Amino acid sequence: MNLRRTFAMARKEILHIIRDPRSLIAAFSQPLLMLLIFGYALSLDVDRIPTIVYDLDQTPLSDALIKSFRGSRYFNVVEEAKGYHPIDNAIDTRRALLAVVVPTDYSRNLLEGREAAVQLLVDGSDSNTAAIAQGYAEGLILTFAQQTRENAQSMRTGSVIHIPVEARVRVWYNTDLVSRDFIVPGLIGVIIMIIASLLTSLTVAREWENGTMEQLLSTPVRPVEIAMGKLAAYFLLGLADMGVALAVAIFVFHVPLKGSPALLLVSSCIFIFGALGWGIFISASQRNQLAAYQLGTLTSFLPAFLLSGFIYSIDNMPAVIRAIALFVPARYFIEIIKGVFLKGTGLRILWFNLVLLTAYAALVFYWATSKLKKKVA
Amino acid sequence: MLPETSGPAVKIDNLSKRFGDFVAVDRVSIEVHRGEIFGFLGPNGAGKSTTIRILCGLLAPSSGRATVGGYDVATHPEEVRQNIGYMSQKFSLYDDLSVEENINFFGGVYGVMGERLAARRDYVLKMAGLEDRRTSMTHLLSGGWKQRLALGCAILHEPPILFLDEPTSGVDPIARVSFWDLIYQLSAAGHTVFVTTHYMDEAEYCHRLALMGGGRVIALGSPAELKESLGTGHLLNLESSDLLGSMQALRGRPGIEDVAVFGGGLHVKVDEESAAESEIRSSLNAAGIQIHKLEPIAPSMEDVFVTLMEFQDQKAAS
Repeated sequence: MNLRRTFAMARKEILHIIRDPRSLIAAFSQPLLMLLIFGYALSLDVDRIPTIVYDLDQTPLSDALIKSFRGSRYFNVVEEAKGYHPIDNAIDTRRALLAVVVPTDYSRNLLEGREAAVQLLVDGSDSNTAAIAQGYAEGLILTFAQQTRENAQSMRTGSVIHIPVEARVRVWYNTDLVSRDFIVPGLIGVIIMIIASLLTSLTVAREWENGTMEQLLSTPVRPVEIAMGKLAAYFLLGLADMGVALAVAIFVFHVPLKGSPALLLVSSCIFIFGALGWGIFISASQRNQLAAYQLGTLTSFLPAFLLSGFIYSIDNMPAVIRAIALFVPARYFIEIIKGVFLKGTGLRILWFNLVLLTAYAALVFYWATSKLKKKVA
Repeated sequence: MLPETSGPAVKIDNLSKRFGDFVAVDRVSIEVHRGEIFGFLGPNGAGKSTTIRILCGLLAPSSGRATVGGYDVATHPEEVRQNIGYMSQKFSLYDDLSVEENINFFGGVYGVMGERLAARRDYVLKMAGLEDRRTSMTHLLSGGWKQRLALGCAILHEPPILFLDEPTSGVDPIARVSFWDLIYQLSAAGHTVFVTTHYMDEAEYCHRLALMGGGRVIALGSPAELKESLGTGHLLNLESSDLLGSMQALRGRPGIEDVAVFGGGLHVKVDEESAAESEIRSSLNAAGIQIHKLEPIAPSMEDVFVTLMEFQDQKAAS
């Protein structure tokens, strides 16, 4: 590889980038837009669940139970119903997602040590949210019942007998369970994959369309120099994109960066190289910009979005999809970036992902170069 | 392998190129001498561009051999590329780069730098008449300027051999003439110029020509030699009151070989001049057609081309 020719290629590509303000704007506005939309709008947290209550018991105890629903940040009591009909109506109109019905003998059953059932009616049409709402409600009712019994017992006997086993959950990493902290770092991985492949997916196809490729190939410049020169120019753009995305994550969304920035930088560089290489490979395999763009979108956006573990856990997918997901490079980077951001994981654990990403980058670059070579002959 | 300094600039030996069943180049053998302006003349699809692409190392030959500047195009494409300048049919500089940026880029890929690049850049700007437009974006230039700039970029590294594939297509006549002036200058400076065209007048400017049709070389020689091969004194120019009527009246008459429309008149190819002249006069008189002009002329390149192509077609048909 001749450095001077590679440098000439890179400089020319940078001029192309500068002269095309539309792509340049897209290169920065697209990631920002995705980050803001996903960061603000896509929240997997369930809180302030609209709740309707129906108290048949009408005792101080049932009132206290309903008060503890009102006091919880997970619930928002929208109405106190006086029958089942308003409950039906509220759930149908989506005014309420959850209904809590306290039966007539609730307080008596509770104080006399019998099973004190409370009816929960959940709108199951959004199964995920329904399950979470149900879990929160059950937890609240159980805790309330336990405390009431303990209080009653201590009043009677003057001493408290604790229930022998009690589960106390402690969350490690992302202690507050803020889903944004989990989404944003993964999203950066997805964005880089998409932007990088899309940026480069046009560059070779454009040269074929304009006839400049033929001119280029009649000069002493070699395929590897063409690929490397193009990659170098877009690498700068990719790094800048990465910087913007990281800055938004840290300063706008306050995602804590627990691990080593150096590890993050190195793995980002390798990942960007691979993603750009993929775009060049796609571009070199097509002679038409539109086809290259579509193929680039299809092969970068979908896998990076769906099969990278960015939102949808790969472990919960069927075996066939899990096998396919093994070949999605973005997942290995997303594991790294999530690990570094949320857990402060170091190279000792992430080295294998880094090796895989390096291998991917090298392989894709080799493919891109040989694809260019084939087009020469 | 060292480049030969004395042999032919381009040597094509029994070269063929097939795309599936289609034979684009069919056993072509040509030698081009150093410093020569060698023309490739033929209709579209005759195999001119394919041959040039093989010589530039853009396509691999199916069989046969070709050397450019002494280097085999199949085995030493890199050395070949170092020694050639290529201008393709399509304008192929970067539209979104300025004149100077294009020159600098091609300087970079050809390995021309520093003072030499500065000198070559000045030369190219002067040659192309773009000294005042060095910072203009290339897409703002007119066709003639673009084409001179493309030529300039192709000769930045002073290649001994130049391949120009229909360099003047889509350029106005004045720009064409001044472009050919440049080609002459380059040839005088020792460059070998290999040029394809389908303009007959341009063919006359070449030192030697190969007429191509259907992937084959139909005729090879200097313009004068090719015209002589038709024989002198056998072509008459006829202008009459009824062009198509004259054509019908003369076809198949004794001593008349061929009649073709040429400009506002007819070119009549004949066996023997004086006998044919009286035959024409009597035939047209009988048909009631007035003769404005009837005179013997020297064949043009177009006559040569049309005659040889027809001859070739007849051969292919029989």
